[in-house]
Amino acid sequence: MTIQISRRILQQIEDQGVHSYPEEGAGLILGTVSGEVRRANILILMENRHAPDGRRTRYRIDPKDMLSGEREAARLELDVIGIFHSHPDHPPRPSEFDTAWALPWFSYIITSILNGEALQSRSWRLSENRVQFDEEEIQVLEISS
Amino acid sequence: MIIIRIPTPLRPYVQGQKEIEIDAFSVGSALEYLLLQYPTIKPHLYDEGGSLRPYINLFVNEEDVRDLQNESTRLVEGDRLMILPSIAGGSGGGL
Repeated sequence: MTIQISRRILQQIEDQGVHSYPEEGAGLILGTVSGEVRRANILILMENRHAPDGRRTRYRIDPKDMLSGEREAARLELDVIGIFHSHPDHPPRPSEFDTAWALPWFSYIITSILNGEALQSRSWRLSENRVQFDEEEIQVLEISS
Repeated sequence: MIIIRIPTPLRPYVQGQKEIEIDAFSVGSALEYLLLQYPTIKPHLYDEGGSLRPYINLFVNEEDVRDLQNESTRLVEGDRLMILPSIAGGSGGGL
């Protein structure tokens, strides 16, 4: 399993985490799928709509924001292939809460932000039986887009 | 005819289709058609008790059906029924 992502887009994901710190930042990954390889083409940054006092450890994308994201994906002839979010001062691994809310198929890119600086991003997919996340390789493309 | 828009995580259960065009007079009847034609999608939309899963949101055009008549919401020619998953998560802890 592989998700191809340009260095520019990966930087945008990390920047969203840094700018949201100490709260969690999140957004949608739009792209294409070809067999087991996914290609991220563009991001849609999203507001974290979780209750304000919980945003340090929780994120929520409002369904109406998701609707706008799906419409934009359709307009661009892309698909929503994944979700990215940050973990302030926490490893870039799915938590139990991430697992409870995740859907099989989506790529979930999680970025660890430590003291306001991006440490590492890792990508995960929930197994079909919802028992575990399997790590997905992030292949960084050295291209301009 | 109305169109049901399928989110990417659920497309494997509807033979990869992004949109399904059908004849339906209500949200409930549209979902019934979906379950009949593509039964493997059912556990991802409904729990064992037959209730729509809480992380599944339904929109008719721009409106959440919870602000309308839920599954009794009437559909007319050209309506788009969007199935949207709730997106949430978080670390739940600290380093």
